[in-house]
Amino acid sequence: MTLMRCLLIPLLMAIAVGLCLTILSLPEGEPGLQEAVAQQLTDSGVRNPVTAVLLNFRAYDTLLELVVLLLAVLGVWSFGAHAGASAPGAGEVLDALARLITPILILVSVYLLWAGAHAPGGAFQAGAVLSAAAVLLILCGWQPPAVLGRAPLRLGLTLGITGFLLVGMSTLFSGRSLLQYPPDHAGSLIMLIETAATGAIALTLTLLFIGTAPAGRNPS
Amino acid sequence: MEALNLLTWAIDALLGLCLLWLAWWALATPELFRAIVLFVVFSLFLALVWVRLAAPDVALAEAAIGAGLTGALLMSAMARLHAATATPPELRGSPEPDTDAPKAADAGRPDSP
Repeated sequence: MTLMRCLLIPLLMAIAVGLCLTILSLPEGEPGLQEAVAQQLTDSGVRNPVTAVLLNFRAYDTLLELVVLLLAVLGVWSFGAHAGASAPGAGEVLDALARLITPILILVSVYLLWAGAHAPGGAFQAGAVLSAAAVLLILCGWQPPAVLGRAPLRLGLTLGITGFLLVGMSTLFSGRSLLQYPPDHAGSLIMLIETAATGAIALTLTLLFIGTAPAGRNPS
Repeated sequence: MEALNLLTWAIDALLGLCLLWLAWWALATPELFRAIVLFVVFSLFLALVWVRLAAPDVALAEAAIGAGLTGALLMSAMARLHAATATPPELRGSPEPDTDAPKAADAGRPDSP
């Protein structure tokens, strides 16, 4: 083992030095695709170039990212049920903090979703903040209502992808190709897709934290 | 404006060095809880680095997911690990050896699976 460690450290140092040299040798001040994006920004429906690229120019990639998130949840669920660790009772500090911070987190999430059109933000950030609020509540012992057991949960998980696909395919009927929004309504279409995606991402991340599939999946 | 440029360079260098130091410390510490806390701090510093690299969207996502969600996930995994490996009191003859050390060392070794 020590021989492998003696060989490993120089190898890692060589990789680190190679990375540094590569990054330092990059040409300075390359605009890349910023000019191309800036030219088409007015047609994209949003004023933030990152959101325009994610939700309009490369919307197909974002759709597939949502599918990857769904596959992650299915992968975690495939491990089967396991006895979760008994959560210790939430202390007073955590309880008070959760009561204070959860409404703020929900508000911040909605703001990030709305601000994604013209400032840093967007669906992923809003979904992550919302799932952080849900994780905080779960750590305090909140149990999601059992009525959200199976079918509504699966509907919510796939809501982002189906919403995205419906909007994308609706453009097919007006003579454009898949996910080619009409420039007049691109802004509202993007906001619609982002809202559905936020809910789905928040649900996905929370389920990744919970780990087990909801009880009653297997009728046997 | 030379002083501001120098200050910016100093902050950037400090952030980079802190990232490297935190990463090394998180991997080398023998206690799991401390390693997880260091990982969360590393994620927060990385969010600052993303801001310095003019990528605020990535910084928001890093702060929310890396620091918040992954930190909570690792803590939950550590709790379940302890619950799964703790021996029941009636089977414990001698005082229980430190179950943290071998697992933390396993997690810290770079060639562990």
